[in-house]
Amino acid sequence: MAKANLEVPELQPYLEIPEVVPGVMAHSRPFVAKPDHQEPLGFPGELVDDWQNKAIAKFGDLLGRYRSLQVYMDACVKCGSCTDKCHYYIGTKDPKNMPVGRQDLMRKVYRRYFTLPGKWFPKLVGAEDLTKEVLDDWYSYFHQCSQCRRCSVFCPYGIDTAEISMAAREIMDHIGVGQKYCNEIIGKVYKIGNNLGLPGPALRDTLEGLEEDVYDDTGVKVRYPIDKVGAEILLVTPSADFFAEPHVDGLVGYGKVFHEAGVSWTLSTHASEAANFGMFIGSYENMRRVSQRIREAAIQLKVKRIVFGECGHAWRVAYSFLNTLAGPWDFLDPRYPVPQHICEFTHDLIQQGKLNLDKSQNDDMVLTYHDSCNVARASRMGPTPGGQFDIPRAVIQAVCNHFHDMDEETIRERTFCCGGGGGLLTDDLMELRVKGALPRMTALNNVMQEKGVTHMAAICAICKSQFTKVLPYYGMEMEQIVSVHQLVSNAIVLTPGEDDDLDDEDEEEDDDESADDED
Amino acid sequence: MSFLTVVYASLFYLAVLILLVGLVNKIAQYARTPAPLKIPTTPAPVTKGGVVFRLVREVVLFESLFKGNKWTWLFGWIFHFGLLLVTLRHLRYFMDPVWLPIELIQPFGIYGGMAMVVGLVGLWGRRFLVNRVRYITGPSDHLILALLIGIGLTGLGMTFVVHVDVVSVKQFFLGLLSFHIQPLPADPLLLLHLLLVAILMIVFPYSKLLHAPGLFFSPTRNQVDNPREERHLAPWARRLEQ
Repeated sequence: MAKANLEVPELQPYLEIPEVVPGVMAHSRPFVAKPDHQEPLGFPGELVDDWQNKAIAKFGDLLGRYRSLQVYMDACVKCGSCTDKCHYYIGTKDPKNMPVGRQDLMRKVYRRYFTLPGKWFPKLVGAEDLTKEVLDDWYSYFHQCSQCRRCSVFCPYGIDTAEISMAAREIMDHIGVGQKYCNEIIGKVYKIGNNLGLPGPALRDTLEGLEEDVYDDTGVKVRYPIDKVGAEILLVTPSADFFAEPHVDGLVGYGKVFHEAGVSWTLSTHASEAANFGMFIGSYENMRRVSQRIREAAIQLKVKRIVFGECGHAWRVAYSFLNTLAGPWDFLDPRYPVPQHICEFTHDLIQQGKLNLDKSQNDDMVLTYHDSCNVARASRMGPTPGGQFDIPRAVIQAVCNHFHDMDEETIRERTFCCGGGGGLLTDDLMELRVKGALPRMTALNNVMQEKGVTHMAAICAICKSQFTKVLPYYGMEMEQIVSVHQLVSNAIVLTPGEDDDLDDEDEEEDDDESADDED
Repeated sequence: MSFLTVVYASLFYLAVLILLVGLVNKIAQYARTPAPLKIPTTPAPVTKGGVVFRLVREVVLFESLFKGNKWTWLFGWIFHFGLLLVTLRHLRYFMDPVWLPIELIQPFGIYGGMAMVVGLVGLWGRRFLVNRVRYITGPSDHLILALLIGIGLTGLGMTFVVHVDVVSVKQFFLGLLSFHIQPLPADPLLLLHLLLVAILMIVFPYSKLLHAPGLFFSPTRNQVDNPREERHLAPWARRLEQ
C-alpha cells in the first residue's frame, strides 16, 4: 500500500510535549456509516429527526446505566495531570486530544442539560447546547481516542476517557451517526462470523495450507483443526491471524504449542473472531451479541476450555467482560480460568519444562516488547497483578537470547498505544494513526540506537497491523513488528508424530466426533 | 438579636441543608447507578482488602496524581493536607469541652492555614503558566481557587492581623448546633470569612468539588480485579439474559 502524503513528525531522542495548537485535527473524521452498516446493529440508518432531544435522552439513559460516566462527568477538577499523556495529543498538538479536552466536549453538554449551574450559568461553568457544531466535534474527536486508558492511570480520580468516548459513540450511533469502519465490521461478524468476512471454506483452505507449510518446514505434521467437535480447547483468535503478516506466524506458533502440549484443540467458523468491536462503539448489546457467538461455539463443539489468541482489546473483552457477557462458564473444565490467554498457556508449558526450545533460532533478531494498551491497563494474565507484563516477557525471553525493554516511561502500565486501537485502524484516519504512533516510534527508535534492537514483538492484531503500516513512515521496515508466538514458533523443537512419514490422508474426519472421550 | 446574626444564622442553616441534601443525593445517585462491566485500571488489586489499600493510597497520598505530575501533586497535596489541619483546628468551635486531640492540633492548624494558601497559589499559578492547563481552565476554576484563597487569607488575617472575639464566635456556632441563636460579632473580616465558607458549602454538591465523593465511586479505582473468578452482572444487564 502506498504511503499517504502527509507530514510525519521527526523522531527526537526525547519526547517533546507540545504547546497546544487549537483545531489542527478538526478535519480528521472517519467515513460515516451508511444505513446498510447501521441497521444490522439496531441503529437508525441516518441522522434522525429531532436528533438533539434523542441524543440527550440517550445521554440520560447512559448516565443512569454507567456509574463510570456519571462519576467522570462530575469529578474532573481540571488539574491537568492527563494533559500530556495522550499519544494523539503529543502527536497532533490539538488540545481537544488532551484527555480532559476530549472529555470536556461531552462534559459541557452534560453540564448544560443535567446540572443546575449549567442550566443557570452556562458561561460560568463552560456549559453548551448540543448544536450541530458540537456534534461535528464529537464525531471528529471521539474518533481520535483509541480508548487506551493511559490517561486513567494518571488521573487522581481514575477518570477513563475510554468510557467517555464509548458513551459518545453509543449516543451518536443511536441518532444515526455511526462510524463506517466499526459498524460495517460488526455487521460482518453477524453475517459471516469474523471481522474480515472470511467464510468457512476460506478458513479451512488457509489452515490446510498452514499444515502443509509447517510440514514442509519441519517434517512434522502439526494440525490446525476447525469445527472439530469434542476437542478439548476452543481457540478464539482474531481473524487477522488467518491472513495478515506477521499475525499468521503467530497462529502457526499456537498450533505448534498445542501440538507439543498434546491437547486436542479446534478453531470455530462460528466464532472465528476474537475481536469485539462492540466494545469500541460502547454498545453493551452489540458487544454481548458478538460474545454470545463464543458461548454458542463452545457448546456446539463440546469443548472444555477456551483459549484466546494474540489480540489486545479482544483480551480485554475476554478477560474482563466475557464472564459477564456470555457466562456463566460452568459447563467448562473448572480447573482452568475461562478464558485463558495463549501466553498463559504457553508460559505454563514453559514452566513445566514441556517445551523443547532452541533460542538460537531467533538469534537473527534483537527484540523489544510493546505492551498493548488493553492487555496492559484493562486485563491481567496469571494469578498476580502485573502478570500481563511479566508473562509475555517471560515467554519472549524463554525463546530469544536478545531482549531489551524500551524506556520505562513507555512500557507496562505506562505503555503508549500503537496509534491504531479503539476502532481507528482504518485508512481514512491515516494522518491520525501516523501522528499517534510518535511516542511509541520514539521509544522504539531510541532502543534501536542504544541497544541495537531490530524487532518489536506484540500480542495484538491491531498493533501488528498498525505498526506494519506506520513503521515505514518513520523510516523503519514493516517486517520489524513480529508476533510473540512467531518467536515461539521459530524456537520450538517439534516432537515427531507417528503419522509424519505417511502421506497426507483426509480420512480422519470421521474420528473427530469421538475425540471428546479421549481426555 | 441583631439582623446580622439572623442573616448569618439562616445562611449557615441553609448552607448546611444544601450541602447535606446535595451530597446525599449525589452519593445516592452514584451508589444507585450500576457499573455493568469490570473496568479497574490494571494492574489492580485482586482482593477487597487490596482495593481498600489502593483507595487509601489515592486519598492520602494522591498516588495517581504523583505518577502524573509532580508539581500539581506537590501543590495539591500541600493544599489538601493544610485544609485537613485547618478543618481539624476549627472543630473547637463546635464542641465544649474541646476534645484533647483537637486541643493538641491547634498550633498545627495555623501552619495548615499557611500551607493551604501556599498550595492554592501554586495551583493557581499553573493555570496561568502552563500552556495546556491554561487551555482547560474555565471561569469557574478560577472562582473556586479565589474562593478558597479568600477563605484562607481571611482566616489567617484574623489570626495574625485583626483579632476577633473567638469566644463569641464559638458561642454563635454552639448556639446554631443547639438551635439557641447567639449573637455573632460584627467583624468585617469574620463576616467575609464566614460568607465565603457558606458559599463553599453551597457550591460543593454542584461543582467539581464532587471529586471528593467521586473518587470512592470510580470503577477504575474501586473494583476488584477478579472477573474470571466471579460473574459480575448489573441489574439492567441481567434483564438481557432472558
